[in-house]
Amino acid sequence: MADTGGHISLRGVTKIFPGHEGHRDVHALGPIDLDIGRGEFFSVVGPSGCGKSTLLDILSGLLMASSGTATFDGKILAGTVPDGIGAVFQQDASFFWLSVWDNVAFGLRRRGMGAADVERRVKRALAFMGLADFAKAFPAQLSGGMRQRVCIARTLVLEPRVLLLDEPFGALDQQTRLLMGDELLRIWRETGATVVLITHSLDESAMLSDRVAVMSARPGRFIDTVTTGWPRTRDSRIVSEERFGALTARLWAKLREESILALGMTAEPTQSQFS
Amino acid sequence: MKSRRLDTLALVAGALLLWQALHWMVGANVISAPIATIARAIELLQTRSFWDHAVSTATAFGVASVIAILAGIVLGLWLGLRRFAGDVADPILGTLYSIPKITLYPLILLIFGLGISAKIAFGVIHGIFPIAIFTMNAVRNVAPVYRRTAQIMQLSPVTTGMTIMVPAALPEILAGIRVGTALTLLGTLIGELFASTAGLGFALIRAMDVHAVTDILAITTLLFAFAASVNTLLHVAERWVRHHG
Repeated sequence: MADTGGHISLRGVTKIFPGHEGHRDVHALGPIDLDIGRGEFFSVVGPSGCGKSTLLDILSGLLMASSGTATFDGKILAGTVPDGIGAVFQQDASFFWLSVWDNVAFGLRRRGMGAADVERRVKRALAFMGLADFAKAFPAQLSGGMRQRVCIARTLVLEPRVLLLDEPFGALDQQTRLLMGDELLRIWRETGATVVLITHSLDESAMLSDRVAVMSARPGRFIDTVTTGWPRTRDSRIVSEERFGALTARLWAKLREESILALGMTAEPTQSQFS
Repeated sequence: MKSRRLDTLALVAGALLLWQALHWMVGANVISAPIATIARAIELLQTRSFWDHAVSTATAFGVASVIAILAGIVLGLWLGLRRFAGDVADPILGTLYSIPKITLYPLILLIFGLGISAKIAFGVIHGIFPIAIFTMNAVRNVAPVYRRTAQIMQLSPVTTGMTIMVPAALPEILAGIRVGTALTLLGTLIGELFASTAGLGFALIRAMDVHAVTDILAITTLLFAFAASVNTLLHVAERWVRHHG
């Protein structure tokens, strides 16, 4: 759907939340330098509370960086959401009072698009997400995975150049996650959009991404960036490849210490029978 | 749906049986028989004076409901959207909701005098707080992810309110309206019982003065039927909205 654009660049970006009434400032993020190329599938993994979601909020323009510059297709992100950005979150954001059709049409209608165009694009998005038979259904009648598909369709129909995903499958069971991962790869291939996925699942990031960034405990910085080298036509079957194991092992090696820190535990000596 | 109707029928039949049993136990001087009462109710429905009283009550109830609903929703929306104001108002509203409002009735009478405005005012103070509380909580409980979605779609605050916040909060607001109108009817009737010259509450007190047991129960039954119908109607509306959810 997107032909051009979708380039993201961060230079020395930090986020510090000012403290209130005697509480200290919270240094949540950075400094971070990052370039995500057009059409790239980029994932960020990190321990809980490391500022992953803060990073996503800066990338979407919802939050302004405390220092440094964040740009989207050359334009500086300054606390407002630019055109061409779509986001899907972990929590179910489908509108329960609207049918699937009206959910997907929502954004187009708010933009004042004509009825004929809305119909054409909603139809295509529903077919694309396998929701054509559920157009008249309401979210309450659908499973969690299907509702998340509705949210994805509602975002895709707006033809974003960048798709930001904040743990979009976090609430789904493992099998559904794998299949949704395949679906995501298909979406990424066919739309040509840049995808930024925030996840705490090592498997998910290793299977889906071109590159995976590992974040430190707070304040979140990139401590490693791993290029996976998968072909563009990959799917979830790569989990059985040897290299997949090596990738997740490398990610975990980096992430383990940070997760221990984030949990507030002390890292025990690393002498072990496995090393 | 079918079994629900059967349940309702069973409930009504059970209530009638209980009523009949009580009638046998305590006698017609205290509780008239269901058949006689219903017959009397049907008779009343054909008299002019009953309808005069009914119209008086319905007017007061209608006006009080409209005021309680509009003011309650506006107050609730405002408090729900402003976290600080809401935090301050929450315990105050809770207290106002739970105090026995009958204690305020002398004050209401002094302000409004005998007549329809006192009844309306009394109805309003019963209904407005639950509606405001439900609405406030409804708005506060709207999933934060909806707000984020609205921001990502670059919607204006007004568009966000109209197309997302209000519909998302609507089922709970309707629940508040259901509770609020039931209490508004209660307030209106209490107002009529104690100081009034018209309305079904007044008719009830007059029937009590002359110990017309069948009349008392007939009027009560009709009021009960009315209250239950309003409640059911709002319940259906609430379920419809929710079930599109």
